[in-house]
Amino acid sequence: MLVLVLGSALLTSCKPKDSSDAAIGDAEKAYVAPGKYDEFYNFVSGGFSGQLSVYGLPSGRLFRVIPVFSVDPEKGWGYSEETKPMLNTSHGFVPWDDLHHTEMSQTNGEVDGRWVFGNANNTPRIARIDLKTFKTAEIIELPNSGGNHSSPFITENTEYVVAGTRFSVPADYSDGDVPINTYKQNFKGHISFVKVGKEGEMDLAFQIVTPGVNFDLSHAGKGKSHGWFFFSCYNTEQANTLLEVNASQKDKDFIMAVNWKKAEEYIKAGKGKKQAVKYVHNKWNEKTHSATSETKTEVLVLDAAALKDICYMIPCPKSPHGCDVDPSGEYIVGSGKLAALIPVFSFGKLMGAIKDKKFDGDYGGINVVKYEAALHGEVQKPGLGPLHTEFDGKGNAYTTFFVSSEVVKWDIKSLKVLDRVPTYYSVGHLCIPGGDSKKPFGKYLVAYNKITKDRYLPTGPELAQSAQIFDISGDKMKLILDFPTIGEPHYAQAAPADLIRNNGQLKFYKIGDNNHPFAAKGEKESKVTRQGNQVHVYMTSIRSHFGPDNIEGIKMGDEVYFHVTNLEQDWDVPHGFGIKGANTAELLIMPGETATLKWTPDRVGILPFYCTDFCSALHQEMQGYIRVSPAGSNVPLSFSLGTNLPAATK
Amino acid sequence: MHKLLLLITAMALFTSCGKKEKSENDFSKPETEEPTTSTDPSSYDPKRGEGKFDKVDLAATLDQTMATEGEKVAGVKCTSCHKTTDEKLVGPGWKGVTERRKPEWIMNFITNPDPMIDKDPEVQAQLEICLVRMPNQGLADTEARSILEYMRKNDGVK
Repeated sequence: MLVLVLGSALLTSCKPKDSSDAAIGDAEKAYVAPGKYDEFYNFVSGGFSGQLSVYGLPSGRLFRVIPVFSVDPEKGWGYSEETKPMLNTSHGFVPWDDLHHTEMSQTNGEVDGRWVFGNANNTPRIARIDLKTFKTAEIIELPNSGGNHSSPFITENTEYVVAGTRFSVPADYSDGDVPINTYKQNFKGHISFVKVGKEGEMDLAFQIVTPGVNFDLSHAGKGKSHGWFFFSCYNTEQANTLLEVNASQKDKDFIMAVNWKKAEEYIKAGKGKKQAVKYVHNKWNEKTHSATSETKTEVLVLDAAALKDICYMIPCPKSPHGCDVDPSGEYIVGSGKLAALIPVFSFGKLMGAIKDKKFDGDYGGINVVKYEAALHGEVQKPGLGPLHTEFDGKGNAYTTFFVSSEVVKWDIKSLKVLDRVPTYYSVGHLCIPGGDSKKPFGKYLVAYNKITKDRYLPTGPELAQSAQIFDISGDKMKLILDFPTIGEPHYAQAAPADLIRNNGQLKFYKIGDNNHPFAAKGEKESKVTRQGNQVHVYMTSIRSHFGPDNIEGIKMGDEVYFHVTNLEQDWDVPHGFGIKGANTAELLIMPGETATLKWTPDRVGILPFYCTDFCSALHQEMQGYIRVSPAGSNVPLSFSLGTNLPAATK
Repeated sequence: MHKLLLLITAMALFTSCGKKEKSENDFSKPETEEPTTSTDPSSYDPKRGEGKFDKVDLAATLDQTMATEGEKVAGVKCTSCHKTTDEKLVGPGWKGVTERRKPEWIMNFITNPDPMIDKDPEVQAQLEICLVRMPNQGLADTEARSILEYMRKNDGVK
């Protein structure tokens, strides 16, 4: 205990005083001149913002925040009629979530620039973001899960994107109304394998049920270990209260190795048990500019304990967090967050151990491989609180240490520590472009920090989280830039800029291909129609007017749907739409797109609407009026543009 | 003279540099093809405009089918801003445009507006009145040609 206190006192005093001097000489490495492009796109989880942010590397410039799991009134996400179904779940409309990890699609183990996936940690889901449109294209919910943390990691050809439940819970297909202290009997873990189709479409292919534990992180095998997936798990003590203490009892928890090719065979052979569950699958349609939400009611479940050869437990000290596989696919790094060493497992040895049945009993019916039989070796005294590891493709691994607030570079084969740099402060995840793929691009390492105390101008009790960019092209890591981030960044991915910007980026939607049922393709098609108390406004926008811009005959009790079509056919010309008193949001409509805002007038009078996105020199002229009359009024429904109509009716 | 030569050489250098930059910055599948443009204003032909159309042959009589198609396309992409009378809306009215402009100028302008707005003296004068740069509406060549036919119809060609 005394040692610990002394140790932490030492660490505190070792805490770097100031890095500003160190960075000055290297700052130009992060400088990207005005008008020049960055080398890499960086897709960073927005943590509890629920969104995904896009930065450039090495400049750290923020390009975009893509709304994923949380509503975003700025973009109308979750407020427009078209986007509402994207946030539907089996619990109904959920306006917020916590996006922890991003993972880019891969082909042959290399990032391919098609999609990036994100996980919802709170109400378990996986999202797919299309990198041609930088828009969330699909969200699938995961049944039998609580806290989708070990997700959305993928296999080397994006065959599957996986999810492992952080909080084991009674299965949805069992009676969940049980005492909480029956965890051991009634709580189960479920690992989900979501198949990804050619166009990216997701389908929950199967789940594997395991004893109740906390699944934390995961990564797929690659190259020689393709066909396997590795999940770290903690709380193998199966505690259901005060996990801080009760889930930290054992010296070793596990990394669970899953032979998913074998699982596929069992599914083909009909070994999956159909279970009744409820989850939703939401898809965005680029032609109708609308989302649909479909409820699914069945999932195939394989039992890891009954089918002996799909899952194996590898003991791993102690409460492992990160679970990272090196570019060759041979080495699996477990980061025991409470351990003072980093174990590195060998895929080759693991296969040998399984073949020779070098088991040390079982855990809930799953064979436990002998620790030494699967171990390549341990990195000794690397630091305190190892969390995550990425790779540079040159035989080096880089591990973050939360407690000792540093990044440590070590040699995968010899397990020798080569370099260490401080971070400011308490680093969590890290990202090297392509750093969890077969082909890392090296050059930069970004550390994502949980704490920034004293790093920036103070902003009250809540301070920004941050990212720090290190140049890793030389032997020693060099800090070149740090910048605050949105939300709390967890995992991030990065890819060469050319891979994304040359992927067929969409500049605008072709108006001819717009199949939105309420599109007005040209002002001639603009109109206002009434069906009972529902009024549909087919509105167009082009620089710099709406058509129509005068609407009368709306009555109290009406529900007005503004279907706004942006007629522009040029890049970077969105129009906005805001109307007084709207208790929803604005619309931002991309060129050629149609979007709908529902508006329920709450008072009689004239209410203005206007374009919210500065579109031209006459943007301030881009406005209109809507007249709201009392219920039962005989003001006829009329609309006009430029003709000062209707002629005075009274 | 020497100075002029130097200037032209410098321009040519710039142009080639510019082009190189462009190809580097190219997106693999642009929605609209942007014709390569010369940055030398002295080479701009105000009668022809700038773009891929050198000479557009017009028949003496109207192609009714094409004009009808043109009216349809214009309804989606043009008439929100242009009236068919001589009245200005966002942009100038279309009445008489085919008499004021050569067909190749019209075709170039509606398919390649940005460089022409930057260079054409009359377009620049028009911009001072309208204050809105005519957007590139992503017209296909056949769409542009049908709009021209519709403009001719609007100007009384039978």
